[in-house]
Amino acid sequence: MSAVAEMPIAAPAARKAGNWLLVATVILLSVWVLLPIYLLMVNALSSPEEVTAFPKRFFPSFDFGSLSFFINFAGVGRALWNSVLVATLTMILSIGFGAPAGYALSRFDFPGKGTFRFLVLMTRAFPLPLLALPLAVMFIRTGLDDTAIGLALVHTTLALPFAVLITFSLFSGIPVELEEAAWTLGCTRLQAFRKVILPLALPGIAASAVFAFTISWNEVFAAAVLTIENRTLTAFLLQSLGESPLYLKFAGGAALVIPALIFIFAVRKYLFAMWGIANR
Amino acid sequence: MAEIAIKQVAKRFGGFTALHSIDLTIADQEFMVLLGASGCGKTTLLRIVAGLETPSQGEVWIGGRRVDHLPPRDRGIAMVFQNYAVFPHLTVFENIAFGLRMKKLPQQEVERRVTRTAELMHIEQLLKRYSGQLSGGQRQRVAVARALAMEPDVILMDEPLSNLDALLRLEMRAELKGVLAASKTTTIYVTHDQVEAMSLADRIAVMHQGRIVQAASPVEVYRNPAARFVGSFIGNPPMNCIPATKTGNGSWTVAGLTLPGPKSDKHRIEFAIRPEDVDAGDEGLHATVRVVEPLGPHTLVTCDVEGGLFRAILESSAAIAVGDHLRLAPKADRIRWFDPETTNAL
Amino acid sequence: MHGKALPYLLLMPATLFLCVFFLYPFALVAFEAFTRDGGFTLDNFRTMTGNWKFPVAFWNTILLAAIVVPIQLVMALLMATVVSRLETGRGAALYIFAIPLGISDLAAGLIWLAIFDQSGFLNTLLSNLGLVDRPVMFLGYQSKLTIFVAVVLAEIWRATAIMMVILVAGIGLIPREYHEAAEVFGASPWKRFVKITLPLLRPSLQTAIILRVILAFEVFAVVAALGGTNFPVLMGETYNWQFSLQDRNVAAAFALLILAISVGLTLFFLRVLRVPKEARI
Repeated sequence: MSAVAEMPIAAPAARKAGNWLLVATVILLSVWVLLPIYLLMVNALSSPEEVTAFPKRFFPSFDFGSLSFFINFAGVGRALWNSVLVATLTMILSIGFGAPAGYALSRFDFPGKGTFRFLVLMTRAFPLPLLALPLAVMFIRTGLDDTAIGLALVHTTLALPFAVLITFSLFSGIPVELEEAAWTLGCTRLQAFRKVILPLALPGIAASAVFAFTISWNEVFAAAVLTIENRTLTAFLLQSLGESPLYLKFAGGAALVIPALIFIFAVRKYLFAMWGIANR
Repeated sequence: MAEIAIKQVAKRFGGFTALHSIDLTIADQEFMVLLGASGCGKTTLLRIVAGLETPSQGEVWIGGRRVDHLPPRDRGIAMVFQNYAVFPHLTVFENIAFGLRMKKLPQQEVERRVTRTAELMHIEQLLKRYSGQLSGGQRQRVAVARALAMEPDVILMDEPLSNLDALLRLEMRAELKGVLAASKTTTIYVTHDQVEAMSLADRIAVMHQGRIVQAASPVEVYRNPAARFVGSFIGNPPMNCIPATKTGNGSWTVAGLTLPGPKSDKHRIEFAIRPEDVDAGDEGLHATVRVVEPLGPHTLVTCDVEGGLFRAILESSAAIAVGDHLRLAPKADRIRWFDPETTNAL
Repeated sequence: MHGKALPYLLLMPATLFLCVFFLYPFALVAFEAFTRDGGFTLDNFRTMTGNWKFPVAFWNTILLAAIVVPIQLVMALLMATVVSRLETGRGAALYIFAIPLGISDLAAGLIWLAIFDQSGFLNTLLSNLGLVDRPVMFLGYQSKLTIFVAVVLAEIWRATAIMMVILVAGIGLIPREYHEAAEVFGASPWKRFVKITLPLLRPSLQTAIILRVILAFEVFAVVAALGGTNFPVLMGETYNWQFSLQDRNVAAAFALLILAISVGLTLFFLRVLRVPKEARI
């Protein structure tokens, strides 16, 4: 498996040293990733006085003062709800539009296929949150300004290319013969999709849905530009950065991070397959 | 009763022609093998019969019904795929029952048919397993059982044995032959393996570059190849082909031997003979031995004849050494003559 | 098979969506950037470049990308190599390394704020070690350098994962036989990395770099959380012009500039790191 393990047994000392170096590197890198999150959590799980005090303790006091202040702060509940709403809409829209396209790309050869792929890949070269600027005007005209659906539409432009490419690779991974076998066994195209392809693709589709949800949940710029009354959690936190006390910021940061940790954990099996293939 | 008639079926992919106007009729209960090298169009033809591919032109009839515009499910066919296509999310039982449930058969009938075909294919102990827990050979059995359970008029098989190892392939081949003969369905079976084709087929259709070169019984295809391609593709080692020069009306000289042959206005044609159809003697083709390979019952001798390679399968008893000059006498009734331009038999 | 229209029908929603919410807005941005009160003008760009904050924001963004991306590339390669050599705990290490991928840039900024804030953990550590008498103001308006360092660290922390994941997937595509063959011919682990892994990884490197560079020019929330207005960047200025200064034409000019840089760099890396089709795995 590893090059280290393949080295001749003649040099056990060097091999052992190599293994130690490997383990030490992994631990060091893990600490680099985890320690900052831990420190944020220490703050979130301390009382407001402890958060602003100096010097600080490196362990949480498990005082829920900061968190309850955050939850009861005017507008937070609504912002949380808006974040969930927008992310759910984004998830539905991007899978609803993206999965059929991914299926078409994986199963058919047709003129225009290359153009469509190019359109999808082109979104990569553009900083998509900037789209919020012109769309702000368009939304005011169409009455979509400051609505969850309006923001979800912008977030869908972020998530849709991923949904297309991920579902494309998912469907491509399911042999066409399974579908054809279903046709010869009496299925219509739709029945074959429902009875054979969907059950096999469902875990992957769920993972890409979670991915779309996360993209929307985390997005700051477009959310801040497009929402005023109906702010999402990120927009709320960004716009109150200047005036809000530290403990509010840290509790808010924790509220953003914890769902993200769960999302990444939920899709960990697909993370690499999704990104690896989606990014070729 | 399901006779299959393929009428002037052609298939083009963009500028590439995969099939040139194919005509082929397969009788009810006949076992037809489509044989050819990869890319010859045999799988495309099978998929057109199945309805998985639309022909660019032509008609397909099954059991007296024109089916080329029908989807696969309405054609009364069942198919076994090269990679078996056993549904991984269903148990073996549900795999075999899949088509029956689509037909909305009563549960009792479904169970009866699944049990019967599972017994037939010796997989009754595997019914509760999933595809991931099965070996290649077992998956193959599930795929065949799933097709048989449909009690179809026609079974289509696309290289069903090619993913099995040699020993298993031999075993499955014999079993398939028995099971399919008993089921009395019409079968089209695609393979690139000539031995498989010879052993299974009632008739073999040899395909080459999108055309059927010859459709005949295995013996006929072997003995009387209709074209040079058939002679060289079937048989191992392949048929020998060497140039013949005209010496008179219906008389030809081949490597120093004068033989009676077809009447032709061509000056040069090709003489062809299978390696086992020559004997070493005092008369015959002038040959110089290059390689001698004793194979047990026979000896394979590769010679130089007229500057080209010529293989002969001779009695082991003959003492032959490299560099010997031999005279190889062809058996008169086994000689074939080919037109060098069209490569067809004369 | 049946119905040539089916694939188009399936692609229609996504295509229409991208036309309305991707292509059309970009046309709009360009239009707004070049007009004012209905007439064509370059004034928006003059206003943009004429503002005293513009050169600062421009160079801050460039400098940030130039420092962060190469460090991230090296770290991502290190993470990917280390992970691919692990025999036990591979899944756990991958999950930990990938965590920042799911974390919002705003949250990342707040995480590092907990460290760099005046009453934060870095000051606590320094004072516990007796290195400082009283807490240092790392993120004040006079401490541009420490703000920059904090932003660099937060960016490295946050966005290395995305490159790592692409590279891990890429390394997984390289057949082991190549390494074994190189080993048989006597190549050391370092030689194998340089001569086998890196060249074969080029397509993945290309994607990872392009994606990361574009993200680097979108840097916004991390800076907002750590530096506030003390550390202007292009995306932040865009936001300011749109909101605080209420001039969307100039905001559009900023957007167009960021766009032009992103597209230009994408084309640059596509060309420089091009892999001929025949040389791919």
